[in-house]
Amino acid sequence: MSTKVAPPEIKEHPMENLLRMDRMPHIWCSTCGLGTTVTALAAALEQLKLDLNKVAIVSGIGCTGRVAGYLKLDSFHTTHGRALPFAAGLSIARPDMKVVVFSGDGDLVSIGGNHFIHSARRNLDITVICVNNFIYAMTGGQVAPTTPISAQTATSPHGCYEHPFNLPLLAASSGAVYVARWTALHIRRLTTSIKEALTKKGFSFVEVIAPCSTLYARLNKLGDGLSLMRFYHDNSVIKHGADPREADIEFQSKIMVGKFIDIEKPTFIEKMNDGLQKRYGDKYKPYGGVDGSN
Amino acid sequence: MKANPNNVLTGVHYLDGNHAAAEGAIAAGCKFFAGYPITPSTEIAERFARRIPFLGGVFIQMEDELASMNAILGASWGGAKSMTCTSGPGFSLMMENFGLGMMLETPCVLVNVQRGGPSTGLPTLPGQADMMQARWGSHGDYEVIALAPDSPQESFDLVIHAFNLSEKYRMPILVMTDECVGHMTEKVVIPPSDEIDIIERRFTKKPPGEAWPYEQNGNDISPMLPVGKGYKFHVTGLTHDYRGYPIINAQAQDWNVRRLVDKVKKRSDEIIWLEETDVEGADVVVMSYGISSRVVRPAIAKAKKEGLKIGLIKMITVWPFPEKRVRELASKVKSLIMVELNLGQVYYEMERCAGGKCRSYLCGHAGGTVHNPADIYKTIKEAAR
Repeated sequence: MSTKVAPPEIKEHPMENLLRMDRMPHIWCSTCGLGTTVTALAAALEQLKLDLNKVAIVSGIGCTGRVAGYLKLDSFHTTHGRALPFAAGLSIARPDMKVVVFSGDGDLVSIGGNHFIHSARRNLDITVICVNNFIYAMTGGQVAPTTPISAQTATSPHGCYEHPFNLPLLAASSGAVYVARWTALHIRRLTTSIKEALTKKGFSFVEVIAPCSTLYARLNKLGDGLSLMRFYHDNSVIKHGADPREADIEFQSKIMVGKFIDIEKPTFIEKMNDGLQKRYGDKYKPYGGVDGSN
Repeated sequence: MKANPNNVLTGVHYLDGNHAAAEGAIAAGCKFFAGYPITPSTEIAERFARRIPFLGGVFIQMEDELASMNAILGASWGGAKSMTCTSGPGFSLMMENFGLGMMLETPCVLVNVQRGGPSTGLPTLPGQADMMQARWGSHGDYEVIALAPDSPQESFDLVIHAFNLSEKYRMPILVMTDECVGHMTEKVVIPPSDEIDIIERRFTKKPPGEAWPYEQNGNDISPMLPVGKGYKFHVTGLTHDYRGYPIINAQAQDWNVRRLVDKVKKRSDEIIWLEETDVEGADVVVMSYGISSRVVRPAIAKAKKEGLKIGLIKMITVWPFPEKRVRELASKVKSLIMVELNLGQVYYEMERCAGGKCRSYLCGHAGGTVHNPADIYKTIKEAAR
């Protein structure tokens, strides 16, 4: 005989104003770092009281690439590695929009590496949040340009033997005006950095070290996702203002985190307007966007 | 709507095809151009870069053609009419995100000034060997619209037409010109702005919360949703439903892809644009497009002088292919000839549609120069036997 049990009371999701609830549940594994990172972005947007109509999110392909689909913003899920050039067109056409690119490490700096360095060089007004889990997760755990030496992946079955990228150094040396790194458990500090990045004019970059519970943790026998997330957090060393050259990450090593770069530099559009005004004076009307929406 | 007079250099000009194409884009209201230098297309980018700062738009030279194609998609969603140009190798790189443009249904224009291929091929010399790449170059099923100007004047006119088609059908449009048209200098008449018809973007009239990116469900072209207005819409390169949400199954795929194909196929009668000369009653009909459709003329004139009944179909749109017209003609004529600067591309479409009801001839050429009219004349004589 069965007894009827009343369903649990459904409470409103605290991020309901920012999530597409009609797309839940999401596809991410439990204890993946993407959840806390998206939560940090949501908190940052809320705390800044930004007009959400004026925030757009662009992503490429991969687990992180799915972020655009879950956020209730004007959102674009583009091709592998190409979120940045798509975002470049969007942000130049519409400087009134705050354009955020949410990207994984493989998407951003392997297939999209060229776009990354040139977007930073131009100082496009874009905030990039890069969730770095050291592996290609969506495709089943292959070696990435961030995989630490000796780490095991499906395509580095004998341990990775390539030098990995140091993303803060890559961003800083390419011209980013804001560079920070946290782990997925530094929720409060990460939220603060995302807030700073969103308010910064120009190319801002926030790296988030996150566990891939299903692949990276399992292949390298590092326990479950939550313990790996905790390991990253507990083994991080906060060094604000440190030289990004010191921010290399080795396999299960200490991880330098903090805000490394925070400088002022004119954006692409500011430089364009400045250059043309210097040359043509009043003959040139400063560009302020192409609002073709009405 | 008529063109904005600020954008239109009304008057009689002496321009090459590339400069004329840039003027066409500007006249059409293009405000964003992203490109990467490549011979023989670069003059389009150069002229746009020189002119656009004073017309409220932006030129940006991207890091490569992958980025260029993506940037014009992003700018288009931002509300700007946008364009890029390229040639062979760059066209190959653009194909990935040309497909994204098709999937997201994004208005924009891509001009390919064709050169000899494959690979680096003949950077400074003409070819028409990207026609099948134009048709099938990105993976998956979709239908394209490709226009082929034969002169600087048509480069101007057809780039405007391409922008209008891109807004009307909400898709990227290809303008397939070539090195010869791009670099030949001729008279170009730019009409007064009130004689240039412009199709502006159609945005939804529904309020946020009630509008979806593909809401017309295939019955019609869906209006665009504007960014920054609270629609908070989602679009994806994944197979999706009318809401723009990814749906990964066979049913959704059929809905999504069939719609992309049907939107051109079912409207092909209104899209196809042919210029026919003496086709009725002809024994032989020569089909051609772009620069080759000019080179055929002396050969046809010579054959006609000898009393042969030769018609010409100059295809202004190459894709969609005029299947219906070729089927009709195949049962009326002795022969059809395709003249193109490749070793057989659009020819196979003609032969397929002729279905064996008449003889089909290819007058091909590997590129590097235009045809010798004598070779075309020889094919006409053979076809008229």
